[in-house]
Amino acid sequence: MIVIGIDIGSVAAKGYLINYDSHHRALIPTGWSPREAGQTIIERLLAASGLASDQVERIYVTGYGRVAFDQADKTVTEIKCHARGIAELYSEVRTIIDIGGQDSKVIRIGEQGRVLDFAMNDKCAAGTGRFLQVMATALGLDVSELGDAEDPGQMQTISSMCTVFAESEIIGSLARGNPKGGIIAGLHQSVGKRVAAMARRMGIKEQVAFTGGVAINPGVKRALEEEIGAKIMVPEVCQYTGALGAALLALENG
Amino acid sequence: MLDEFMQGFASAREVNLMRIKEAKENGAKVVGIYCTYCPQELILAAGAIPVGLCGMSENPIAAAEETLPRNLCPLIKSSYGFAATDTCPFFHFSDFIVGETTCDGKKKMFEMMQDLKPVHVMQLPHVNNTKASFDLWVEELRCLKNRLEKELQVSISDQDIWEAVEVINKENQAVKAMFDLNRADPPPLSGMEMLTAAWSRSFSSNKGEMIKNLHAVVEEVANQPENRQTKAPRVLLTGCPVGLGTEKVIRLTEEMGAYIVAMENCSGYKTLELQTDTNVTDPIVALAEKYLAIPCSCMSPNPYRLELLEKMIDDFRVDAVIDLTWQACHTYNIEAFAVGKLVKSKGLPYLHLESDYSNSDLESLKVRIEAMLEMIEK
Repeated sequence: MIVIGIDIGSVAAKGYLINYDSHHRALIPTGWSPREAGQTIIERLLAASGLASDQVERIYVTGYGRVAFDQADKTVTEIKCHARGIAELYSEVRTIIDIGGQDSKVIRIGEQGRVLDFAMNDKCAAGTGRFLQVMATALGLDVSELGDAEDPGQMQTISSMCTVFAESEIIGSLARGNPKGGIIAGLHQSVGKRVAAMARRMGIKEQVAFTGGVAINPGVKRALEEEIGAKIMVPEVCQYTGALGAALLALENG
Repeated sequence: MLDEFMQGFASAREVNLMRIKEAKENGAKVVGIYCTYCPQELILAAGAIPVGLCGMSENPIAAAEETLPRNLCPLIKSSYGFAATDTCPFFHFSDFIVGETTCDGKKKMFEMMQDLKPVHVMQLPHVNNTKASFDLWVEELRCLKNRLEKELQVSISDQDIWEAVEVINKENQAVKAMFDLNRADPPPLSGMEMLTAAWSRSFSSNKGEMIKNLHAVVEEVANQPENRQTKAPRVLLTGCPVGLGTEKVIRLTEEMGAYIVAMENCSGYKTLELQTDTNVTDPIVALAEKYLAIPCSCMSPNPYRLELLEKMIDDFRVDAVIDLTWQACHTYNIEAFAVGKLVKSKGLPYLHLESDYSNSDLESLKVRIEAMLEMIEK
């Protein structure tokens, strides 16, 4: 069977096509129109796989743009999709930490990726990819460079959780001559603290997986591991876990 | 037929507004109340019309924030905003206001409201299992009675109070009978319908008619053939007060195909098991007993709320619980932890939502509610 799962996030739209034993992935910036982003993802997946649209049995869509996209057979929440996706990659995982562009969430799962509980933060940018993006700009870096640029040995604590105040705090810190690498480590620590608090409130059960765009950043992974006191697994396809889950649910007609 | 009754409840606000206006012109007195702790029997016994003024609209909040802090619960801001802008006709018609010290925000807001209308604030104790707190509450009821007699220039006899007790007891029974219809699966009433009917109580100037209409709904449902087959999830709503105007969580949940089958909040089931004991000699003591038993989160400790919730989860065959806290309502927010523990111990999904009266978080509420509904195995 051929199915597609699409995860339209605030920053990136991700797609996962399952064609019997093979699969294809696609990722593009969401841009201003989640609907068009979803459409483009389908086109990319079809082009990459050499399939025609009528060969696709089902399309499931998730992510914040799911309601704007009208070509799906079903919409599913990103919570259920991440749970399903992770269960496929690591069957022993019981806690998922997902940090995306505009929200962060913690999901507790049981066997076969059954969702047991979840918590979400999307009220403010603290503890999300947006927070790191704003800080990277203030430091004259691209957000993708943060992970390798940190120096935890010279950690400079960032005390503001608020994006606006944290930005002026790091500008002040730079002005005092503090090392950039230490400031970046402090930023990662601040995201880790925030999300770990949400995870602890719900209860962390090992093993723990980390997904979403921010999971690409090894500095945030390091900080999270320190804050929750457990090893964290980051799948190679950490940005695609939601799309993978959507595709698997489409396959199972779930 | 059921639709007609529901439309009747929905238009209760408008209809009663005109009735109250007329009654005022003929010399009747109106007393504005804000909370289920207000012993409305005393207002009825004084021959006045009690009207619920609890603010359920975002509209006057901006005006309220000119005086009150922004980081305050929307219910208090809305209630005060309506008063300050004189945009609630029921507040406008009220001769006199009764408030209670349920929470810090409310008691300080009532101090400010005194500049707008005569306000009588009852000192509500926050412990309901000691003699001292009970005696204080009895004394507060007597003070209210005296104040009503003075302000409205009437005298209230024990007989007057007992008559009012009978009316309110009957009304409570009638509302409970309507809510209890939803123990059936599928539920005959939607959450929006229950809310509309229950909320119209606060405006009804004719209790007899209200009771009659509630009985009629129960009878109508009994006569209906059970034809709807549904596997829709059955959700219980608890937490802060919800009324018409702040029903977004009920609406979203039902738009996603679930039913709010029961509501534990104060316009819902919270007070419905509580009847004034007519075997007590002093009606004031009888009223004090009933009102102090209300399981609001402002009470400490508050075990009856958890007992009631557990019973409702079983009686209404609930699949999941949503606990709604209005922003900055500390007591419900903190109590959410205990409620969550109880619900999860029964093996059910539990969703705690923190929100305000705006529509700015509809999408994030949706994803949470949807994810919770996905957790239900049915």
